[in-house]
Amino acid sequence: MAGGQKKFVVGCFDDEAVLFPAVKKVRKAGYKIHDVYTPFPVHGLDHAMGLRETSIHTAGFIYAITGTTTAVAFISWIFTKDWPLNIGGKPHFALPAWIPITFELTVLFAAVGMVLTFCYLCNLAPFVKKHVFHPRATDDLFVMAIECTDKTNEAEVQSFLSNAGAIEINIQVAETGWWIGRYDREQKLYKEEVGY
Amino acid sequence: MSLLKYESQQREPLINGNKDYHQVTEDIVRPIEMKPSRLWYIGFGISVALLLFGVYSIYREVTYGIGQWNLNKTIGWGWDITNFVWWVGIGHAGTLISAILLLFRQGWRTGVNRAAEAMTIFAVMCAGQFPIWHMGRVWMAFFVLPYPNTRGPLWVNFNSPLLWDVFAISTYFTVSLLFWYSGLLPDFATVRDRAKTKFRKMMYGVAAFGWSGSTKHWQRHESLSLVLAGLSTPLVLSVHTIVSFDFATSVVPGWHTTIFPPYFVAGAIFSGFAMVQTLMIVVRKVLNLQDYITLGHIEAMNKVIVLTGSIVACAYLTELFIAWYGQNTYEMWAFFENRGNLFSPYGWSYYLMMFCNVVSPQLFWSRKLRRNITVTFFMSIIVNIGMWFERFVIIVTSVYRDFLPSSWSTYYSPSIWEIGFYLGTFGLFFTCFFLFGKYFPTIAIAEIKAVLKTSGENYKAKMTDIEKADSEKFYIEEVEHAH
Repeated sequence: MAGGQKKFVVGCFDDEAVLFPAVKKVRKAGYKIHDVYTPFPVHGLDHAMGLRETSIHTAGFIYAITGTTTAVAFISWIFTKDWPLNIGGKPHFALPAWIPITFELTVLFAAVGMVLTFCYLCNLAPFVKKHVFHPRATDDLFVMAIECTDKTNEAEVQSFLSNAGAIEINIQVAETGWWIGRYDREQKLYKEEVGY
Repeated sequence: MSLLKYESQQREPLINGNKDYHQVTEDIVRPIEMKPSRLWYIGFGISVALLLFGVYSIYREVTYGIGQWNLNKTIGWGWDITNFVWWVGIGHAGTLISAILLLFRQGWRTGVNRAAEAMTIFAVMCAGQFPIWHMGRVWMAFFVLPYPNTRGPLWVNFNSPLLWDVFAISTYFTVSLLFWYSGLLPDFATVRDRAKTKFRKMMYGVAAFGWSGSTKHWQRHESLSLVLAGLSTPLVLSVHTIVSFDFATSVVPGWHTTIFPPYFVAGAIFSGFAMVQTLMIVVRKVLNLQDYITLGHIEAMNKVIVLTGSIVACAYLTELFIAWYGQNTYEMWAFFENRGNLFSPYGWSYYLMMFCNVVSPQLFWSRKLRRNITVTFFMSIIVNIGMWFERFVIIVTSVYRDFLPSSWSTYYSPSIWEIGFYLGTFGLFFTCFFLFGKYFPTIAIAEIKAVLKTSGENYKAKMTDIEKADSEKFYIEEVEHAH
């Protein structure tokens, strides 16, 4: 997809209490929210936008059991097969004495693995540059980017956003690629949801 | 006005003053964008000087051997291991604040967690120096790592608490660093997006990893923080437990005690909170952050100090009781002669420890004293001294008069290089901390913003008015609506 260009109508809100109903209205009207950029985690915004739950904790669990298995397998191989030390005639397979290291490796694998996964999924790394829709999105504005297609009437979207309470609205063109995100695929359509 | 979350009006606001989101950014990022003050340069200069003295002390030790420290065959662990345990202990408060208080949903952690976590990381860096340089032949330090080698392969002893320590400390350092840095990403992005110079924009851009504030990223970030907190909680308890195993699994009277793990963990949190107080009281004043680190925060931390101090006191008394109840000659000797006898060679250190850790924290039962900054500052220093002496008492008074009277060593006092090494770690710690205070957002900006509308003074005041006007209507419209 890289190389192409996409057009976005960007609306900025200064209050999360205005943002929530706006998200609801925009989705109800059938516009496609590319993303909402916020200065802090706004609880419930992911649900309001119809994003699915993250499964990063499941990845964490898998890394954790990998750590446990690695530690137990490695130490038992060393102390029973590769170099069995006779320590006062005590059993070679001294599982209770290995618990601390097993625990530490479980935590280490889970933490390192999860952070790397997090960086990979969010495309975070040093020297990565992304399209910034509004510099105040990390300060005090909640920035909603709506993706335009050929059929979109931009003026209509703009007035729609202004009615919804946006304080600043503009149109931006960004080069498509991984750096503008790829979460549009996971967003469910408004009508598919229950509970509203 | 629609509210997203409701917090009891009985609670003290966590953020004072009339703040909005932008003001929070301004207040916290200001020290980064300003030129450092004269005081900063002086403090930084002293820290670097101490660090260099430490480096020279280490040079002496490496060149001439462990004999440069006044250790001997009887006292093989002296100041160095005392300092190691002391520094590791200090680190524990940072993790307690960032992880355990997150799981307990304590809102006040947001004001202090960033600096406390920084303290953890720097303290663990200092702690790590001691066992490494204590090896003597430090160029063989890599022998502690289990890797296939040409010596057999001869593996490390996985049954030894000293090796558990290697894994515990390195894991603790790594996990704390990851937890801290993942929390810093959004705040670095804040600094990046308002940078006025090209250089700053580039540096913070690199540090922010390209953070954009996307909702999906936040969702993952929240999940990551929660799991890392869940992992760090047992981790922090395990680290000092394992440090205590270094002693508890031995057969030395005074060390061979089953109470050590909980006693060490409580002591670690106790000393760590004292260090957080020392640092925070200075930081909030110098960086002008009194609105974010309020008297309420200081009081909350003093409550933790009086709680953990009392647990430690309980452990001291239990030890004494068990020594008497067990009627073991050697155990009795360690506790009632080497420590309890004020006129024995190191008896004074035991009573100093008792005074600093058991008697003095009891002041904090008084609310007035808990909220007094001067008292808190002095108390935090006293507790730090007391907790240093606790480790000194445990290590030195247990071994200096051992089973063989001809090898008793009643004349141990540290050499200048042993002290220099300790001062050097202070240099390392404060060099890092000064750099942190200048170049890093010292308070978690995003986390403060997330609690601003529930716990900010101006928002709380507004809520009280609405509540008063029509409490029933308020409940139906605002509280129920929010869910």
